Amino acid sequence: MTEIALLVQGLLDGSIYALIAVGLTLVYGLLRILHVAHAGLFTLGGYVGVVVTNQTGSFVLALVVAMVVAGIVGMIIYRLVYQPILHLPPYVALIASIGLFIAMQEGFRFYDEQGVSFVDAPLQGTVAFAGQNLQIAKIVTFFGAIILIGGLGFLAARTRTGVAWRATVTKPKMAESFGINIVRVRYLNFFIGSALAAVAGVMVSLTTNLVEPTSGDVWSYKALAIIVLGGLGSMRGTLIACFALGVIEAYGTTSFLGAIMNRDAIAFAFLVVVLMIRPQGLFVRT
Amino acid sequence: MESLLNAYDMSLIRTAAIMVIMALSLNMITGFCGQISLGHAAFMGIGAYTSVKLSINGIDFIYGTFAGMALAGLLGLIVGLTSLRVRHDFLAITTMGIVFLFSGIVEQSKYLGDTDGLSGYPHPAYSDFTYMMLTILLAIAVVALSFYIKRSWMGAAFKSIGDDEDTARVLGINVPLYKLSAFVLGTAIAGLAGSLYAHQTTIIQAENFGFIESITVLSMVVFGGVGSIAGVTIAAVILTLLPLWSQAIGEYKLLFYGGLLFAMMRFAPYGLAGLAQRARLLLTRRAGTAR
Repeated sequence: MTEIALLVQGLLDGSIYALIAVGLTLVYGLLRILHVAHAGLFTLGGYVGVVVTNQTGSFVLALVVAMVVAGIVGMIIYRLVYQPILHLPPYVALIASIGLFIAMQEGFRFYDEQGVSFVDAPLQGTVAFAGQNLQIAKIVTFFGAIILIGGLGFLAARTRTGVAWRATVTKPKMAESFGINIVRVRYLNFFIGSALAAVAGVMVSLTTNLVEPTSGDVWSYKALAIIVLGGLGSMRGTLIACFALGVIEAYGTTSFLGAIMNRDAIAFAFLVVVLMIRPQGLFVRT
Repeated sequence: MESLLNAYDMSLIRTAAIMVIMALSLNMITGFCGQISLGHAAFMGIGAYTSVKLSINGIDFIYGTFAGMALAGLLGLIVGLTSLRVRHDFLAITTMGIVFLFSGIVEQSKYLGDTDGLSGYPHPAYSDFTYMMLTILLAIAVVALSFYIKRSWMGAAFKSIGDDEDTARVLGINVPLYKLSAFVLGTAIAGLAGSLYAHQTTIIQAENFGFIESITVLSMVVFGGVGSIAGVTIAAVILTLLPLWSQAIGEYKLLFYGGLLFAMMRFAPYGLAGLAQRARLLLTRRAGTAR
């Protein structure tokens, strides 16, 4: 494989990380919670996407349904799980979230242990590029992620809701005293973050054509590593870390490192090394 | 007494004793010293793999166990060094990374049996009963050590670091020294648990010491009440035996764990110890009004 091909492969994977990690960063920025159960919503999105596509034959409809369902479940999680324990030490929410994630996984297992696949999966072809076949589904994901995250950035920068949102993240007390309904901002936050995770779940299920109860595991653990790398709560840092990790994994697995550790271990080795040098992450929120 | 227990009972008791050792070792790091670890099972794995590798090379179980403890403690020291720089949520994710590093390296290594794991290694020449008694005695020893540490000067220093690290530093407590001590002690004892575990089963694989296992151990600490020795010991026994006893839970073991972790954090964030304290308060208050 050529260097260029590895770079492209890494960037394509990075866009999937980005779709997942944006929601995690939003939650961390607002509530200081490591939202492990986010990965459950990724898997939920995958299941809904596959089932609805198979039932109705429309992939676009399935994508929208998956986003809405995951978004609503995300808001329910905030209301029932996080809101009552916000005043407790941070490890409480972290462990509650891990528990919820494990329980969600088992829930998927009850629904369908073997996992579900598309009957007639769309976007299955490949494109030859720099001596390598790239999956069309991954390319669509890449541009989709750029449009969605770019749109979100526009929303945050230019609209009244966006301003209220950013104000709440930076200075929650101050924002509240200016009449912003911070609880509504939190719901919005969970809805958008979860919907983006669902998009990632649906798109990943296209590339593998299989959604299993454990599909979300590795993605979610790495997404947690990414938001830590990005400096916890820094959106720009997170996005850079997503693409950096994608590229490092692509190069790492083909280098000498690939002989002594697997892809996931390379990602976490990178995390540990970076944190030893910069304990506050690559980018600190100002 | 030996005739009262069949082989299955003895294996249950052994497993429970090993999990008590494991949970108490994490309790030293997370409970006493306030340093959260999501990767504790990796150190159990290091103890297990070291001990098994040495026993394959003809070295006695006892020396193998000590070597496993030493290596686990040494790597624990290195992870402890990260805790000097990385704090809170960052530390949680770093320790999670450690467990993936461990399994990622073991599963790529031919020497360590890659994904198939190691099997068919020699066991120490103890009877089932003797081995069970050994694990029980070691579990009791770890309980005693925990109480000793908690009441010692070191325990007080741990607690001050767990409560507020910066204040502890201002008070002149050597924070790095005590943090590293907590990590070395806790991980070395996890190595002991690993060696004991490896020699009561016939195969060890990286997935026996993965993230789920780490969370299982953490759930014992949390269920018992972070820092409470009695609570964590009871929780380790209950959470080990319940899924094995009850077939229904056995099948839904993970759902049970997940639900339990979640419910405990949501409704009783201070665990069994917290519940006990609440009950005690309630009782004394009632006794007070009766008078």
